[in-house]
Amino acid sequence: MTCEETDLLLHALIDGELDAGHAREVEVHSAGCPRCAAQLRDYREMHEAMAAPAVRYQAPASLRARIEDALPTTVVPLRRASAPGRRSLLQGFAMGSMLSTALAACLVLFLLHTEEDQRIVGDVVSAHLRSLQGNHLIDVQSTDQHTVKPWFNGRLDVAPPVIDLTSQGFTLIGGRLDYIDGRPVAAIVYKRRAHVINLFISQSVGSGSSTTMEKLQGFTVWSWAWSDLNFRAVSDINPEELREFGDKLETAVQSGT
Amino acid sequence: MTTLLQRRLPQPLEAERHVMSDRTTEEDPARARRFREAALPHLDAVYTLARYLLRDPTDAEDAVQECYLRALRHFDTLRGEEVKPWLFAILRNVCRVEYSRRSRVLLYDVNAEPDKSETTLPLWREAQDTPETEMLRKLDSGTIQGLVAALPDVFREVIVLRELEDMSYREIAGIVGAPVGTVMSRLARGRAMLREAWLKADGQKAEQAGKVEEQLK
Repeated sequence: MTCEETDLLLHALIDGELDAGHAREVEVHSAGCPRCAAQLRDYREMHEAMAAPAVRYQAPASLRARIEDALPTTVVPLRRASAPGRRSLLQGFAMGSMLSTALAACLVLFLLHTEEDQRIVGDVVSAHLRSLQGNHLIDVQSTDQHTVKPWFNGRLDVAPPVIDLTSQGFTLIGGRLDYIDGRPVAAIVYKRRAHVINLFISQSVGSGSSTTMEKLQGFTVWSWAWSDLNFRAVSDINPEELREFGDKLETAVQSGT
Repeated sequence: MTTLLQRRLPQPLEAERHVMSDRTTEEDPARARRFREAALPHLDAVYTLARYLLRDPTDAEDAVQECYLRALRHFDTLRGEEVKPWLFAILRNVCRVEYSRRSRVLLYDVNAEPDKSETTLPLWREAQDTPETEMLRKLDSGTIQGLVAALPDVFREVIVLRELEDMSYREIAGIVGAPVGTVMSRLARGRAMLREAWLKADGQKAEQAGKVEEQLK
């Protein structure tokens, strides 16, 4: 094989597009040709360096919102010429309620911050990490809540509500049995972009409704006690998005859908 | 700055106009939901491609939004294909409109660099000038982004599709509308240019580091 042929084919080799026979020829040639060997080495290094996530861009939240707004099923289909006045007014309201929610959450957090809670939050993050590391993210893979929910029958002492939030930007991808604080819990798995959200549902000792948000090891944990159930969502998405997830879940669970 | 949406977009094709007028299809919630599930997970990838193709954050946002609107309109034409390459192809078409607008503007730009078209450049020469003993050093992501962004259009798009978006040769060929052989030669040429720039970027860094060291003495 000549250098000219190698020049072209070594790219196909790096990109995994070369058949075994030609791949071997490229490697044999490069072994005896410093120039082609240097190219192969450099292109491989470039290829690896460009695999870093930081070389990519993340779509701004405002762009995502603009696209979501333009899709049907939103209450007000916002097209290009929608009235900006009403929109900004709504945003103002949203901002205000977000602030008060955040304040309330801080207060609750302050009041309920006990050692036991801290340990459970640690457990939740560990379970989340475990689910991402092995090949054990999902036991029952389905985007259908009516498939995921029955799967837990007989595996747990509670019937966890499985809520499909796909239409609201959080894709239901399945469920799994996991352990938090030494007890079996239901883990419902959602995806937001490339991020995984694990929602753990277990039986709670107390009753009443309270919401907390905590950060641990770069993850956010959202916890909500409602009726006789504990909900804990954990993810590496930004806290605002996890709060949004939590809010939507709360609304859906309370309305019994 | 005028954005893509404020500018007049070219008239839609006949088929497109037909679908656009069909409001019942467009506003079918079940269809919109399927679209959302299929297309929204690729938003970051589409935005990344737009950023590299247009090299401007505002234009990129507008192009991505336009891309998703077009994709929704044509969602029914997607039959068993992969969604990501399909979105990339739509985005590329949106960006081409932007390109042509820019090139019209550039006609009057006396400082514009002369057009370096693919054919005027020798294909394999520069790689031989690169000393094989010189090693590539690690660059930070920002520098890498800058180097990729500095590549000429035809090479930049195949580099981004291959290295950042992990598209196969066949998928790239489909997206850019060129034979696989052309994609391969553009990729080879693009990587050669990038390697040269990479080595230079290293050199500048080393030079700066040297100066700092001298000053410290």
